[in-house]
Amino acid sequence: MHAVMMPQKTGKNYQAQNRPSQGSSSYQTNLSACEVKQKPSDSKENNPMQDDEHADDQDGDVLQIAMEYFEKDPIRSLRSKDKILEKHLITVENVAWKNGLAPETIDILLNVALSGRFGNAVNTRILKCLIPATLISEDSVVKAVSWLCVGKCSGSTKVLFYRWLIAMFDFIDHKEQINLLYGFFFASLQDDVLCPYVCHLLYLLTKKENVKPFRVRKLLDLQAKMGMQPHLQALLSVYKFFVPTLISVSLPVRKKIYFKNSENLWKTALLAVRQRNQGLCPEPRKLMLGPANIRPLKRKWNSHSIIPVLNSSSHTTECGKKEMNLSEYLSSSGSLPLEQLQRFPQLLENIHCLELPSQMGSVLNNSLLLHYINCIRDESVLLRLYHWLSQTLQEECVWYKVNNYENGKEFASFLDTIIRAESFLHEGFYSCEAFLYKSLPLWDGFCCRSQVLQLVSWIPFNNFSEMKPLLFDHLAHLFFTSTIYFKCSIIESLKELLQNWLLWLSKDIHVKPVTDSPLDTSLCESMNSVFKLVHYVGWLSTIGMRLESNSTFLMHFILDFFETACDIYLIYNLPLVVLFPRAIFYSALFTLDASILNQLCYIMHRYHKNLTAAKKNELIQKAKSKLSFSSKTYKEFNCCLTTMVGCLWTSKPFKKGIRFSPETLEKLGVEEHKRSLNLVYHSSLLGYAVSFLLQETPEEKTINLSSIQGKKWNLYLDYLFSEELQGLKLFIESCIRRSSVS
Amino acid sequence: MRSALGGGLGLRLELHFSAMQKTMDPYDAPESTPRQHPSCSLKEYFLAATPLQRRLESVRKQATSFVPTPPRRRIPQRSQLQEDVDPQKVAFLLHKQWTLYSLTPLYKFSYTNLKEYSRLLSAFITAEKQKGLAVEVGEDCNIKVVFSTLLGMKGTQSDPEAVLVQILSKPQLPSEDREAKALWTGWFCCVFGDGLLETVSEDFTCLPLFLANGAESNTAIIGTWFQKTFDCYFSPLAINAFNLSWMAAMWTACKMDRYVAATEFLWSVPCSPQSLDISYAIHPEDAKALWDSVHRTPGEVTQEEVDLFMDCLSSHFYRHFRIHLSATRLVRVSTSVASAHTDGKIKIICHKYLIGVLAYLTELAIFQIE
Repeated sequence: MHAVMMPQKTGKNYQAQNRPSQGSSSYQTNLSACEVKQKPSDSKENNPMQDDEHADDQDGDVLQIAMEYFEKDPIRSLRSKDKILEKHLITVENVAWKNGLAPETIDILLNVALSGRFGNAVNTRILKCLIPATLISEDSVVKAVSWLCVGKCSGSTKVLFYRWLIAMFDFIDHKEQINLLYGFFFASLQDDVLCPYVCHLLYLLTKKENVKPFRVRKLLDLQAKMGMQPHLQALLSVYKFFVPTLISVSLPVRKKIYFKNSENLWKTALLAVRQRNQGLCPEPRKLMLGPANIRPLKRKWNSHSIIPVLNSSSHTTECGKKEMNLSEYLSSSGSLPLEQLQRFPQLLENIHCLELPSQMGSVLNNSLLLHYINCIRDESVLLRLYHWLSQTLQEECVWYKVNNYENGKEFASFLDTIIRAESFLHEGFYSCEAFLYKSLPLWDGFCCRSQVLQLVSWIPFNNFSEMKPLLFDHLAHLFFTSTIYFKCSIIESLKELLQNWLLWLSKDIHVKPVTDSPLDTSLCESMNSVFKLVHYVGWLSTIGMRLESNSTFLMHFILDFFETACDIYLIYNLPLVVLFPRAIFYSALFTLDASILNQLCYIMHRYHKNLTAAKKNELIQKAKSKLSFSSKTYKEFNCCLTTMVGCLWTSKPFKKGIRFSPETLEKLGVEEHKRSLNLVYHSSLLGYAVSFLLQETPEEKTINLSSIQGKKWNLYLDYLFSEELQGLKLFIESCIRRSSVS
Repeated sequence: MRSALGGGLGLRLELHFSAMQKTMDPYDAPESTPRQHPSCSLKEYFLAATPLQRRLESVRKQATSFVPTPPRRRIPQRSQLQEDVDPQKVAFLLHKQWTLYSLTPLYKFSYTNLKEYSRLLSAFITAEKQKGLAVEVGEDCNIKVVFSTLLGMKGTQSDPEAVLVQILSKPQLPSEDREAKALWTGWFCCVFGDGLLETVSEDFTCLPLFLANGAESNTAIIGTWFQKTFDCYFSPLAINAFNLSWMAAMWTACKMDRYVAATEFLWSVPCSPQSLDISYAIHPEDAKALWDSVHRTPGEVTQEEVDLFMDCLSSHFYRHFRIHLSATRLVRVSTSVASAHTDGKIKIICHKYLIGVLAYLTELAIFQIE
């Protein structure tokens, strides 16, 4: 409800603001004149802005011109006067309300508004439209404050500036420099008009170290002079919060509203800009998400970083034994406080007597302790880490709660830390898995994308069918509705997931004593899960290729995945061979890109190796035959292999599978169709054939491709192999008996 | 806006509360300690059915929905409090506004160390308040921290005892005889927390619901101390509109001897610059009559009944004011039993249903930490 309504609202505002100016013909002509000057070749002027993107481009250009105008020296600006100024102001206002302004733009405009070059009315308009797109740079604010000292701007402009600063406070990228100006702001309290606003600003700005006795005295003086003003009380209460002993006056406890709502001028715009920038999740879910204004506790509760600082456990030292006398203390010197743990040998020596950290979350930042938790057997350690990590992820997740997008960077770096720990341990945390289940359905597929996809690739091995509705179905939705790059990233992270699962399973098999029971159900189930994962990716790939009209780029990622999938039996020593879908096979076979064909050849070669090995093994262990590969797999593979050899090698394509009637082929005008997919004529290799012939006989004017036969065919093959087509080489060497061809 | 539900809803049904069943306590039997499982890696560890594994399974089950799963709940029962509850302490918990938090299990918390905790926490608070102070303070910080248990404040025998923490201001002069004033109060409890208890080992104490009353700066300091000392995690517990509807239905269903307040709903219309609130007050007996007319299963509340109850209220409102409440957000529910705000604030009014209210809040807290 909220999110939908806001943009409409601002949209209306924005139109309402423009309407009068659009009526004036001078604005229209000026604008188009500008456009023509700027982009003489652009013929789209005649189309009124129907296309949003086009409109945005125009806005950008016009804004640039406006900014150049504002940056110019003061005299000329004053001379050229109203109309141009008006036009540029309107441009700035439009862009500001629509998309927000870049930090540089705000910097320039602040300078203009406070330097007193224009009159009050203009300054007011400029200040009112200083809506950031993302952030405001601290430097701009410092520069602006320096203008206040020069005394060039009027009182009302100053007030408006302070109101703006208060409203935008959260968007300023840093506040250290501004805090250095504390004394200046404090001195401004003298000004009766400014006082309430300065109080509000100081209320936001005050840190413990800013609270000084002389300031308290000054505030109390002011209060004595002006009476109990809510804004002074607010500031005093902050002071009292930080240093209770300095302030003895009693302040009303339950007072909630100290300040007039300074940000009202900008509130709508800010909400709209923020929401547009972040692209919130669709509506119906939001009602379930609870109130927007619940902030994470971290920001209110002291701590500076998400991950707690490493501290030795307090249980042994403080709570366990009440009063520890000296001898006890000395006798317990065996235990090593964590703060002293620096190197790996130290860890090894003290591993039996290590004090655990008081907050388990702190291990994330410490690789030595990660080693440690990897090998301990204490369930409570893992539970502590699990609880902490689950809650922190939930609490910090930027898309889990409405309007929490400012902390995106911090959350991303937190996820990075987790991912670093996961790849260090070579295994995923269960908290992250639970987090993905909860949060992926709400994810927009954009925020912290690379981190989320990496978390996906570290999901611990699981029953695929159970996970599918929780995770993979949501991932599929995102896959189908996103750009090709996102599709590629998903396929890549699924490849990593497959690799992690296979590694874990192969390790698991070796750890377990080999049981000879004919029904090794757990292994069967595991293999079934892997089979389903590969199958799922095959399904995604097939539809993805159709959606992206057989993009070569996407195909590379898909084949990368199947390069891992085809080698499960030999490399990971797991009894499973899953073929890729036919659609992927054919679109790779009919590709225009030699590297795709090469990759396909490599995969076919590996499938061939795996299946041959499996067959051999099966013959040996016929009695056991725990997991016999279905004959269907062999049939499928043989069919693919026959097709491929028929196309590339023997020039007898489609003996099986696809079949065209001769009439169809005649209609298509492909007389030599039988040859047209072989190594010479294949659309991806034609270039190689031509350059091969040119190399052979550079003086020939006409190139006769059909001359590549017999001996020349073999030379051509060597040429292809020398061109780094390793996959092709391996394929031909393993799957084709070359002696049979002459 | 005030609207009254008229006599058209004359259908009145008596609610028959089934006598409270003695709950079998599955945790009396000693649990096998997790350390008995031989394991050599983190991963293998999870293959065995450890508490963590059980927990993860419950997460998987829950992850499909964004709301707590049970489609039906018991209507809060009267007099579920154990006999040993101190009535003074209970009275102390009523009629106060509490801010709700969920809390992960406390590690190595011991009920025998409460005195020690009092000492440590008061030292911590003093240190926190003096941190970075420019001026030397000679005097002792004039506060006192008291930990105590709220005996009997639980649903089943296996629920751990509730813990009360108070910050009291010390009288300025020792001779002064007046009673110490409570500056801040917070309590931890677990009422019918079986699901959570199942998933932790004995090193942990599960008190998933934390309620605080007092300055937030104090809550922050005390929360920080608990987080540092017991490796737990506090999160604000917001109550979404869905759960508020459940509360409205369950509390309306409670049988009252005497109604002390109107049943009131607050809906918020998200518009700018100021949001618009719609308050919708109903005579509690009318609300009960409406409830009785949608209610089918004795002693229980089902999702359909909750939906129907709220739909009836909305359509009644629409008939009078032409406003679709379904397009707005429910932010507060108040009844004679308790009132709850979506920000995670609660005030419990009726002594009789205290445990019932806490049971639902515990359920929400557990849902949040899982």
